[in-house]
Amino acid sequence: MVQTPTLASPTVAGKAFVRRQLAASLPPPLATAGILGWLRKNLFGSLSDAILTVVGLAIIVYVVWTVADFAIVRAVTTATTGEACRKPGAGACWPYVTSFWRLFAYGYYPPAEQWRPNVVFALFALLLIPLAIPAAPLKRTNAVLFLIGLPIVAAILLSGGVFGLASVETRLWGGFLVTLIIAVTGIVASFPLGLLLALGRRSNMPAIRFLSVMYIEFWRGVPLITVLFLASNMLPLFLPVGWNVDQLVRALVGVTLFTAAYIAEIIRGGLQAIPRGQYEGAMALGLGYWQMMVLIVLPQAIKIVIPNLVSSFISLFKDTTLVQIVSIYDLLGTIQQSRNDPAWTAPTTSSTGYLVAALIFWTCCFGMSRYSQFIERRLHTGHRR
Amino acid sequence: MADTALASTASAANAVPAVQIVGVNKWYGDFHVLKEIDLEVAKGERIVICGPSGSGKSTMIRCINRLENHQAGRIVVDGTELTNDLKRIDEIRSEVGMVFQHFNLFPHLTILQNCTLALIWVKKLPKKDAEEVAMQYLKKVRIPEQANKFPGQLSGGQQQRVAIARALCMNPKIMLFDEPTSALDPEMVKEVLDVMIGLAESGMTMLCVTHEMGFARQVANRVIFMDAGQIIEQNEPVAFFSNPQHERTKLFLSQILH
Ligand SMILES: Nc1ncnc2c1ncn2[C@@H]1O[C@H](COP(=O)(O)OP(=O)(O)OP(=O)(O)O)[C@@H](O)[C@H]1O
Ligand SMILES: [Mg+2]
Repeated sequence: MVQTPTLASPTVAGKAFVRRQLAASLPPPLATAGILGWLRKNLFGSLSDAILTVVGLAIIVYVVWTVADFAIVRAVTTATTGEACRKPGAGACWPYVTSFWRLFAYGYYPPAEQWRPNVVFALFALLLIPLAIPAAPLKRTNAVLFLIGLPIVAAILLSGGVFGLASVETRLWGGFLVTLIIAVTGIVASFPLGLLLALGRRSNMPAIRFLSVMYIEFWRGVPLITVLFLASNMLPLFLPVGWNVDQLVRALVGVTLFTAAYIAEIIRGGLQAIPRGQYEGAMALGLGYWQMMVLIVLPQAIKIVIPNLVSSFISLFKDTTLVQIVSIYDLLGTIQQSRNDPAWTAPTTSSTGYLVAALIFWTCCFGMSRYSQFIERRLHTGHRR
Repeated sequence: MADTALASTASAANAVPAVQIVGVNKWYGDFHVLKEIDLEVAKGERIVICGPSGSGKSTMIRCINRLENHQAGRIVVDGTELTNDLKRIDEIRSEVGMVFQHFNLFPHLTILQNCTLALIWVKKLPKKDAEEVAMQYLKKVRIPEQANKFPGQLSGGQQQRVAIARALCMNPKIMLFDEPTSALDPEMVKEVLDVMIGLAESGMTMLCVTHEMGFARQVANRVIFMDAGQIIEQNEPVAFFSNPQHERTKLFLSQILH
């Protein structure tokens, strides 16, 4: 019935051809399947690929070995003074870390009161973990507790001065505690502000649009270091005499306002990717502006920009180390301060300290990155054609 | 040019027209898209609007629910005039359903959520009641079994039927269709048209921009031909197709009917 003169094989050329039996599907050739196939395709596809693979492997082995040799093989694990670390050929000086770990964790927070940061760490973990697990119940309560309850409890518990808690000035806070406070506050507070700025920049109202653009362009034009300097040195000039804003709060505000501008631009990118039809579909149903934005547009826009948002949060996390220049000692700052302690002076003390900082920062940032990939994959199901 | 006598062919003899467009003009910048549009649609009347691409068909029906605003003239929907009053616009939008060429379903919500969204947030129905209403209309468009899927998992024809159900959930008085079948593969056009025919038979006031002339013949009370932002000709379907008056209408019909 079907005339396929051009497709028919030479033996039946010129005759009508009808396939009576459908061809069965065959397994793929061995060379393209399995581990061998994968290796061949991805690592040894050509001579230059093979060379690159070998060179790359050599570099990885060399780096891993050097670090392992320093941190494990030649490492000094037990010592009460820096004497052992000063021996020639000694590797990482771990006793230095164990003797200063409280400084790294809490800064100069009084040792007798260090249970308070511990409670804050524990609450943070207890609230964050179920919030991060999509299947965990009571998401709304959990979010409210995390976003509103935790900051209040943390502020009261850490600064004290009420409920019989001894007052602890923020200049004593430090180490990982401060790193975490700045990063989490920065992320949590800059997001809603950035969201509003993004909506403002796309608003139909010229005044709101203008203010949003001004804000975003101003903060994007200033380096974070400058912002922190200004916050710590210039702010008092603007405040009435006798008013004082806590140094840590200044840094928090500076970091938040700064990050919000970047978040705003990222979210604006997401908003631009949402087709007009989505707005029209929502409007045609009678949804108001905020309903349309919150229910239809933003969930889609934010989903698109999760990778960029997380990149921004990761760089904020790392930028917290800049607060050292306004005399706030975060994790890296406390390591800087202790690495020259006379009792522990040794050729490897600094390297050990920095290795610890690198490990902690890497773990946190890598965790954020992996989590965002997980969320992205999860949100991807069932969407779009 | 408008043939006012034709309005009497509408079955409903209601005093207040569903839609009244009087001397409407609209510009995009310098471009005059709608020129002196006059159109009255009685309750229960079914109107098909056709015309060449760029003639302003979409723009005209989008003015009816204020997705576009007009710069001169009056548009009165079910007795309420469209002004800049936002509250009134939302009110009219919840009474006027619209179906788009590209469906405009919300891809991040399930079919059921697409349908219940406006019931919950605009009509303030409890979730359970909203779902009941939504399921009722999903049955009407014959896809209740897809309720928990996402739009991306449905065929084009199914998506468009969901879009119709979503609009119907709001219990609209008027339905606007903007080329509802022109983004569909040919074999899916019929399933959507069948739903629209069923809707027409139930007495819904409908304004459809479409080039499905079979549909126009079967259900329209009136066919309107637009070109260059104007209503060039309108007539009841039999006369419109068999005896077009205007040169441009003849040319258009000869192109579209082969
Ligand atoms: N937002 C806009 N800005 C400027 N011009 C526009 C805009 N929207 C539409 N137009 C123009 O207005 C004219 C009418 O557009 P409209 O979409 O109403 O045409 P249409 O009759 O629906 O055509 P089609 O059959 O292609 O859908 C077109 O020339 C179009 O280019
Ligand atoms: Mg159109």
